Amino acid sequence: MSTIREKVDVCVVGAGHAGCEAALACARLGLETVIFTVSVDSIALMPCNPNVGGSSKGHLVRELDALGGEMGKNIDKTFIQSKMLNVSKGPAVHSLRAQADKAEYSRAMRKVLEGQEHLTIKQAEVCELLWEDCSPSEDGAAAGSDGSQGVFEKRAVAASDGSQGVFEKRVTGVVTFTGAVYECKAVVLCTGTYLCARCLCGEAITYTGPNGLQAATHLTDSLKEMGIELRRFKTGTPARMDGRTIDYSKMEEQFGDERIVPFSFSTDPESIQKEQASCWLTYTNKATHDIIRANLDRSPIYAGIIEGTGPRYCPSIEDKVVKFAEKERHQVFLEPEGLHTHEMYVGGMSSSLPEDVQLAMYRTVPGLEHCKIVRNAYAIEYDCINAKQLYPSLEFKKVKGLFAGGQFNGSSGYEEAAAQGLVAGINAAMEIFGREFLVMDRSESYIGVLIDDLVTKDNREPYRMMTSRAEYRLLLRQDNADRRLRKKGYEIGLISEDEYQDLLCKEALIDREIERLKETKVGAGAEIQAFLERHESAALKTAASLAELICRPELSYALIEEIDTGRQEAYQEYASAEHVRPKYFTSDGKLSQEIIDQVEIEIKYEGYITRQQRQVEQYKKLEKKLIPADIDYDDVPSLRIEARQKLKEFRPVSLGQASRISGVSPADVSVLHIYIEKRGSMK
Amino acid sequence: MEIQKGTIAAIATALSDSGIGIIRISGDEAIRIADSVVRSKSGNSIVEHAESHSIQYGFVMDKKSNIVDEVMVSVFRAPKSYTREDVVEINCHGGILVTKRVLEVVLNAGARLAQPGEFTKRAFLNGRIDLVEAEAVMDLIQAKNDFAMKASTKQLRGDLSEKIRSLRERILYEIAFIESALDDPEHISLEGYPERLCVICDEILAELRRLIESAENGRILSEGISTVILGKPNAGKSSLLNMILGQERAIVTDIAGTTRDTLEECVNLGGIQLNVIDTAGIRDTQDQVEKIGVERAKKQAEEADLILYVVDTSVALDENDKEILSLIGGKRTIFLMNKSDLEAKVSEEELLSLLGNVDVSKVTMIPTSAVLGEGLGALEKEIEKLFFEGKIRQNDELVITKLRHKQELQNALDALLLVKKSLEDQMPEDFYSIDLMQAYASLGNIIGEEVGDDLVDEIFSEFCMGK
Repeated sequence: MSTIREKVDVCVVGAGHAGCEAALACARLGLETVIFTVSVDSIALMPCNPNVGGSSKGHLVRELDALGGEMGKNIDKTFIQSKMLNVSKGPAVHSLRAQADKAEYSRAMRKVLEGQEHLTIKQAEVCELLWEDCSPSEDGAAAGSDGSQGVFEKRAVAASDGSQGVFEKRVTGVVTFTGAVYECKAVVLCTGTYLCARCLCGEAITYTGPNGLQAATHLTDSLKEMGIELRRFKTGTPARMDGRTIDYSKMEEQFGDERIVPFSFSTDPESIQKEQASCWLTYTNKATHDIIRANLDRSPIYAGIIEGTGPRYCPSIEDKVVKFAEKERHQVFLEPEGLHTHEMYVGGMSSSLPEDVQLAMYRTVPGLEHCKIVRNAYAIEYDCINAKQLYPSLEFKKVKGLFAGGQFNGSSGYEEAAAQGLVAGINAAMEIFGREFLVMDRSESYIGVLIDDLVTKDNREPYRMMTSRAEYRLLLRQDNADRRLRKKGYEIGLISEDEYQDLLCKEALIDREIERLKETKVGAGAEIQAFLERHESAALKTAASLAELICRPELSYALIEEIDTGRQEAYQEYASAEHVRPKYFTSDGKLSQEIIDQVEIEIKYEGYITRQQRQVEQYKKLEKKLIPADIDYDDVPSLRIEARQKLKEFRPVSLGQASRISGVSPADVSVLHIYIEKRGSMK
Repeated sequence: MEIQKGTIAAIATALSDSGIGIIRISGDEAIRIADSVVRSKSGNSIVEHAESHSIQYGFVMDKKSNIVDEVMVSVFRAPKSYTREDVVEINCHGGILVTKRVLEVVLNAGARLAQPGEFTKRAFLNGRIDLVEAEAVMDLIQAKNDFAMKASTKQLRGDLSEKIRSLRERILYEIAFIESALDDPEHISLEGYPERLCVICDEILAELRRLIESAENGRILSEGISTVILGKPNAGKSSLLNMILGQERAIVTDIAGTTRDTLEECVNLGGIQLNVIDTAGIRDTQDQVEKIGVERAKKQAEEADLILYVVDTSVALDENDKEILSLIGGKRTIFLMNKSDLEAKVSEEELLSLLGNVDVSKVTMIPTSAVLGEGLGALEKEIEKLFFEGKIRQNDELVITKLRHKQELQNALDALLLVKKSLEDQMPEDFYSIDLMQAYASLGNIIGEEVGDDLVDEIFSEFCMGK
């Protein structure tokens, strides 16, 4: 039988949020890339909530954008409401969230993919991976039945080729359901929730992916054959209502922000100010909870039908009612699915109860008394991996050239998926080019935290990003993502020269303005004291810098304008500098808010920021101590048994990563450190 | 944590018996720190400009400029030192108290207590120790760490680890609350929260201050010299104990909720800490309950570092006294010839003759009268003498563990003070949790618990997240 046989550079399996980023990154770096999807109509599908961003997830999108990803730009094109969350709190936890027009989002992303050079979209189910043994064939044969010596040899050989790992296998291509073979140098798996998926709605079970789409049922076996371990996770989504059957007069209207901040650093804020759609807030009540309690035995989770592990942060309404029995009501948000549909997403009430119970339950909620359900709520189970099988580059430890991103790695959320997809895609390219991997640490980005957590911890539920997971969040703000990461994106080749010059100009303006404020002193004259008194700020005893005044909680950059007499002149000077970018100035010649925000944050929180920077220095020292990829932990004396087992299991890349593995004590890390140093000086 | 530089300090000699105790300091700041704590008699700097491999004579002063000890200081400038970093060794008069005090002063001046095996580790990493010795270093680190962990958990009294655990739980709850509100601002509001947190901080701070205070006078660890009072019923054991307790103001009251099956008191006598256990009077008895008490007393005598044998000199010696004398064995014992205000029916000679083959040199006799309050001074002097001569001593590791615990309590306290400062400065809520987390981690170090995924677990179990 003759089949199609093609040769490309990269195959990306899956065209969800992770797959799109991975494929775009590879293609943009000039690699011939094919992206496979079970349905071209489901590219960048949002099968759950109709929004992008939110607390800490917004950070991920900003970071992804800074590196050259697409999600930020795509949501800027297709949002219908935008809100900066946590504005009353510190700048580190401000977070952008936008409601998306789902269909538009999907369509816009598809358009980007279709317009991308070197990228081919292919509707096909990938059923099998092709691979070969990594070791030189003669050694492989000589390993014998005992194997141990042979494996060690193999490792040593593999490690000496300068790559990060000690691979057993190398991926060489993919095979589709129709038998077409695509030979390639790297594969990025972004299968989302499609692998052996089944959906549950009460007693009704269908073997489909999200939204009734075809599940991918064959790849799991091929992965298992390669020695990849799979596990089963579960998640869920609430019902969608027909908006015409909802009585909004009984709900509180939720508006977007007056001034919209874009996700992408490349989007001109002026270009996206527009009229926004509203969301609506209502609450569950005792009647709702009674119905749920009375029907718990019909919930597949409580009846024990669901075997996958569900996320605690995204509990079904059943979970909430059982776990927080004392709460009299729970919030319910009605969010539009788009501008060209009546469908409304019922945020806060995901459920896997049977259809009849769902309807009865929803109808107890004020405003939903006469609601009609368009799509039922359901739970979905799927195959995914424990990401400890991956390096921080998102390449499989055992299989050279095989990368993975997104929900397949045990995460949840569009943003988490996209971020990993981008990193996996970039690193697949880096491997092909023989260039250095993009590995960000916990002090550099939320993406770094996300990936480190995934590959270092024993996650037992789909992983969601949270601000509390980031140790150095004062440094990892959404407002400075470009300053943290644009340079990396530029070096990788995903950020254009023009965008990079923007950044350099921005940095220069921020530095100059901060310097000016620190150096400009005001005396304790009558005018200044009167100003301070007016703003209920303590009088000056001696001269102080403008920066010192900005530090006071009751004062700000904007407030001190009247005593900052040199400001306008300074602006003019900045604007006339060579290579300056007009986008950082307002029409009346002032510094843009984007710059002022950076200046103010750096001045106001300097003490805290410096403290965290010092902690980061400590942290970095351990991160920089790399563990040789071919280390044999049985050869390290004095390790405790538990530590030895964990180290063998995770094979951390650095002492820092080793120190975060549960079961590895500081003393074990010390011992390992000495072993590495000893080995290093023996060579 | 591990490669952590910083300047470290520790006691380099075995505590106690020896006439000299050495505190070793290593790191970039070693010379500065030593210079700030060791001064000439007139208060001048003597360490900072000292030549490498030289010895200076001076005085260790605490922050209030009180002289702690007269010392000799050796300065070894990098790289010609044990660790190849700047190293200063302070040679002080031996004995646990002095050595420990000097170490405390050094720590207060900015050094960090060394981790187990850390000097050797640095010596190795800086290339001072050759490769052949590397494995020995690894063994040493693991063994020392093991021991320190065991010591730490074993010595922390049950009620105190409970206390610390409950403080930690309270702190974690607050962090989780703040964090869940940050992650899910539309479901969880922080309105009015700063005021509430302020009150909670004050409560926890008060608890921590109390703990630090008790750490100072030794309540944290049962690290005192284990002292058992033995005697016949009515020999005056309890009144003697009361006399010691009544006289001394440094007694620490019980922490609520403690139940003890023996009466154990912690006494600071002449600067030396005793854990005094009062026992049931020893006599041959048929009473079951009393029998248990007697058995227990015997067992405690076996484990004691010091025995105080209260002899009722107003009644003749009998079988019960012989029984007690047999318990004393080779233990260091002070005979308290009680009821010296009454007519003596027992002589020292008579007692000594009953001791049989017991080493007489380990025995001292002091006449006391609990009624008149006499003899306490002599007892105090005797204990002090035994202690400083190293004839009774406490475990080295205990002293170090205690210092470590105290330092962590202080770290937790400092972190909470920073929370208070953020509250006063009206910083946004997300700033509070940074320092709360630090306090949580510090307390965890005392009871040997890591931070791990506690926070995320707490958030999910305590607060209903949206979506």
